[in-house]
Amino acid sequence: MTASIHISAPAAPGATLPGRQVELAADRPMPLDCGAAIGPFTVAYQTYGTLNADRSNAILTCHALTGDQFVAEPHPVTGKPGWWTLTVGPGRPIDTDRYFVICANVLGGCMGTTGPKEIDPATGTPFGLRFPVITVGDMVRAQKLLIDHLGIDRLLCVTGGSMGGMQVLQWVATYPDHVYAALPIATAARHSAQNIAFHEVGRQAIMADPEWHAGDYYANGARPTGGLAVARMAAHITYLSEGALTRKFGRNLQDRQDLSYRFDADFQVESYLRHQGITFVDRFDANSYLYITRAMDYFDLARDYGGVLADAFRDTAVRYCLVSFTSDWLFPTAGNRAIVHALNAVAASVSFVEIDSDKGHDAFLLDEPEFHQVLRGFLDGIAEHRGLEPADASTPGAETR
Amino acid sequence: MPRDPDRPGAVSRANDIRVDLRLIAGMVAPGSRVLDVGCSDGALLRALWQQKRVDGRGIEISKDGVRICLSHGLSVVQGDADTDLADYPTAAFDYAILSHTLQAMHDPRGVLDNLVRIGRQAIVSFPNFGYWRLRLALMVRGRMPVTKRMSYQWYETPNIHFCTIADFAALCREMGIAIDRCLILPAGGRVVEMAPGAVANWIGEQAVLVLSRKAG
Repeated sequence: MTASIHISAPAAPGATLPGRQVELAADRPMPLDCGAAIGPFTVAYQTYGTLNADRSNAILTCHALTGDQFVAEPHPVTGKPGWWTLTVGPGRPIDTDRYFVICANVLGGCMGTTGPKEIDPATGTPFGLRFPVITVGDMVRAQKLLIDHLGIDRLLCVTGGSMGGMQVLQWVATYPDHVYAALPIATAARHSAQNIAFHEVGRQAIMADPEWHAGDYYANGARPTGGLAVARMAAHITYLSEGALTRKFGRNLQDRQDLSYRFDADFQVESYLRHQGITFVDRFDANSYLYITRAMDYFDLARDYGGVLADAFRDTAVRYCLVSFTSDWLFPTAGNRAIVHALNAVAASVSFVEIDSDKGHDAFLLDEPEFHQVLRGFLDGIAEHRGLEPADASTPGAETR
Repeated sequence: MPRDPDRPGAVSRANDIRVDLRLIAGMVAPGSRVLDVGCSDGALLRALWQQKRVDGRGIEISKDGVRICLSHGLSVVQGDADTDLADYPTAAFDYAILSHTLQAMHDPRGVLDNLVRIGRQAIVSFPNFGYWRLRLALMVRGRMPVTKRMSYQWYETPNIHFCTIADFAALCREMGIAIDRCLILPAGGRVVEMAPGAVANWIGEQAVLVLSRKAG
């Protein structure tokens, strides 16, 4: 690492979190798709593994809607394992003994990167809805500034599932010369009407909460936790599958022998969803949820290329691997395959496989041996093509965790 | 197991590949662009990478086949050649290869048309139903031929469009496809390069043909 890390002013709640933070766009504000510009702003990120001497082993991991930079370590708020612990780590498919893994909290997020809950320097109060609407393109521009800051010219791979996959696609479209390989998982090149509809339900739940106060709830001592929990519950259903819900819960009753004839959580599935909602609000900001779901809704990569998705990937030298899951109805195989068709149309180097799983969209986070076998094989392949030394032969590099 | 219409359950190793694959590999120029349609477990693509540094691509319909390919670092798309070849741009590859897959296609003619469009040359191998032993078996026994190489019973075979070398040559003529080379593999014998005529159709257990779209 050459550049020094600038810690941002510790005014924001995010600054109390462990991990790395860097102030970016200090010299020149970063333009946003909405027409505004932002800067300086803070990006919170984590790294795992060691950057090698020629900086060729960096893998950028992009998190999903409610993910964050704590990929492979216990979450500082919940204490639960990181969201991709099964995939990223020493000896894991994304092997941190071999690769230098970076993950940054997205712009608009609430885990230390500048977002609606952070203090607006212009007013001295949290941005709330005065925060500009951001897009997946903006998130990726911010990540590029981080990668530049880390002194990495070309990422070995950019990967992520769901919204993380959208960022991967945006990366290769915007910065094709700075990405060697792309591994978008369970994603789509555009958000579907059904997915926009689910997001709108979540947003309306938040906005209908009297504690939301048009986004200015930060000073009130109360937060729209009820609305955010409902948003999470509705969304969580879309991450699973009917098969997985039936397998896990069926019609089983929760802590009772018979129906209550009341509106308690009679069924295990109700109890489970309530738990998901309640625990989510401890770690997530309601306004961030509005902004990030909006960014996903706005994502339509082909729109920037005259409606022709293939043109987003034209003359690409990037090696692609796409993965979908049979029971994923949020980002179904068809949407992933549409990306493969576009890549085929430009004769890109592309791999694609649909993994059999009944775990729904969340399958990419879970223990899916076939999926992990594919990840490992693809990464081994690109590492060989890129001329990386095998893991056991690697020399100590310039940067350690 | 990946689909291999000829030998169910056969998973070949790179240095122990099917004879037609070895012949095909021999015809591919080092460093060229190759699309292997119906690449099965990727044996040919691996051999091409190891021997000729050909960074090839594959299409394979079976998930297991694709997973095996991907675990070896190959670029393979899970897809159906009958429908997906239409996506590929014209002359995107030096060679479009279809090894022992033609007979399992729903639309062999459409696939062939795409192969000579996508590749500057197409290399196609298939079992020859005009091979004398098969003719004899049908004549003498009156039963659909089942051999070591084509070991399926009629009711379970994925091979739905068998042809003879003569049939194939006639289709090429009709479609305006030139047969640039024709290698004939007699059973257990030496590979011979000869015109795809009556002799080839009699002695050839398999054929490997190099095709291209006729100019004009």
